[in-house]
Amino acid sequence: MIRRKIEENFFRVLMVLATVIVAGSFFLIVGTIFYKGVPFMNLDMITKIPGGGFYIGKEGGVLNAIVGSLYVAGGATILGLAISIPVAIFINMYLDGKNFIANSLRIAFDVLFGIPSIVYGAFGFLIMVYFGIKASLLGGIVAVTLLVIPILVRTLDEVIITVPKELRDASLSLGATRWEMSKVVLRQIRPGIFTAVLLSFGRAIGDVASVLFTAGFSDNIPTSLHQPAATLPLAIFFQLGSPVEEVQGRAYASALILTIVVLIITVLSSLLSKRFSKNKIQ
Amino acid sequence: MTNNPHISVQHLNVQIGNQEILKDITINIPNKKVISIIGPSGCGKTTLLKSFNRLLDDTADVKITGKVLVDGENIYDPKAEVTHIRKKMGLLSQRPYPLPMSIYDNVAYGPRLHGKPKKTELDELVETQLKATGLWNEVKDRLHAPATRLSIGQQQRLCLARGLAVEPEIILGDESTSALDPVSTSIIEDLFIKLKEKYTIVLVTHILRQARRVSDYIIFVYMGRIIEFGPTEELLLNPKEELTKEYVKGYIS
Repeated sequence: MIRRKIEENFFRVLMVLATVIVAGSFFLIVGTIFYKGVPFMNLDMITKIPGGGFYIGKEGGVLNAIVGSLYVAGGATILGLAISIPVAIFINMYLDGKNFIANSLRIAFDVLFGIPSIVYGAFGFLIMVYFGIKASLLGGIVAVTLLVIPILVRTLDEVIITVPKELRDASLSLGATRWEMSKVVLRQIRPGIFTAVLLSFGRAIGDVASVLFTAGFSDNIPTSLHQPAATLPLAIFFQLGSPVEEVQGRAYASALILTIVVLIITVLSSLLSKRFSKNKIQ
Repeated sequence: MTNNPHISVQHLNVQIGNQEILKDITINIPNKKVISIIGPSGCGKTTLLKSFNRLLDDTADVKITGKVLVDGENIYDPKAEVTHIRKKMGLLSQRPYPLPMSIYDNVAYGPRLHGKPKKTELDELVETQLKATGLWNEVKDRLHAPATRLSIGQQQRLCLARGLAVEPEIILGDESTSALDPVSTSIIEDLFIKLKEKYTIVLVTHILRQARRVSDYIIFVYMGRIIEFGPTEELLLNPKEELTKEYVKGYIS
């Protein structure tokens, strides 16, 4: 009896400790960003493009990078969804009974999931060279889309698998075609789609390596797909590399902005997800 | 027995992977009667039911040979239109699975698939089917609420209404009351008895008392074969086969 009690307590302490470490690191990271970033935060940071000197200047703000990041991450997520939803539906709804092909596809996407983003950046760069596209918003969106497709496909896949077979049968036995049945399934997984979007957007907005060669960098807000675009992670990267202390501080302020953007997106998507789950069957 | 069977199964074999689930099934299901398929777990009764509306098509490694004639038409004919076959049959599964939409839209789903009914026609149809399943008075004030807000028993009646809305000829029930409480169960059973005036009803059940209460005929399936088929009372009280006798008495399960 005593041995079982010790075991129980031992693992309880272990779990609490692990949770404290994780939660502690989170607060440490956010705290550091706040501590270092807040002194350099001002309205100019989020309302102005950089002034005085190329991206490492002390004046102006990082509006170009904020807008660029939203463009790149938003564009890539929308484009990625347009490609991933059909793929996930195809794997689950049209390939059933053909498990070998479906599982091979899943493994392929798992491998793509694990590929470092610099590889997507390099691949995107090659595509751009081939088509003669210069480093631009379009190039960045294409490279980041490649990066998020595996995330989207696998997340949607996992969500679709949880849809009960009986729900599909119910729709089919009313005389629905496969596509009509798939629409019912898509309704059912709407909250899951928002989760997928959130994961994809988070990864897209934070990635440096994929946009390093493809999106270019600019002090201006891009007004067309063919203009180069700055992103927040790249701005942070360049600002941190500056020997000037003030510019380094601006990097933390930029990091703070990036964190807040991600926070807003997270809250927004979880609100939307709740809103759309009222019809979901359990 | 009747002269023109509604469903006629001829030498049906179903194999999934290396396992033979159904072996040489031949049976004629009479028109506008309630037929119960009974048998121990894993004997193939659900597979038999699902072979009637080709829901087995999506199963991995499935091999189906033989014929199933519905109204004289072989549904496994490569030229047969699968959505047309399924429209003829309403399916009521073990647990209710309402579609992820409102009560109204659940009933309207089928009719919308098969045509573009006018709003007034739809309203009328939804009301008729909800009345047919005794749900109308309970839901008429909240037709546009999510179907999931209903109780399990109400959901199952909604699923029945949804199935009836596509004007099927046959109702297939796969242990349709197994998730329900006794009151809901008896409501559904009464509905089956009422509905056989217009429909042929095939039920899978493992509750012998239920089979006795609702069905006109019973099919006893054991290890993928039909052992006996006959009128309810006769099969339960006076089984011809030794296996049926043992099952009915509860020796094998």
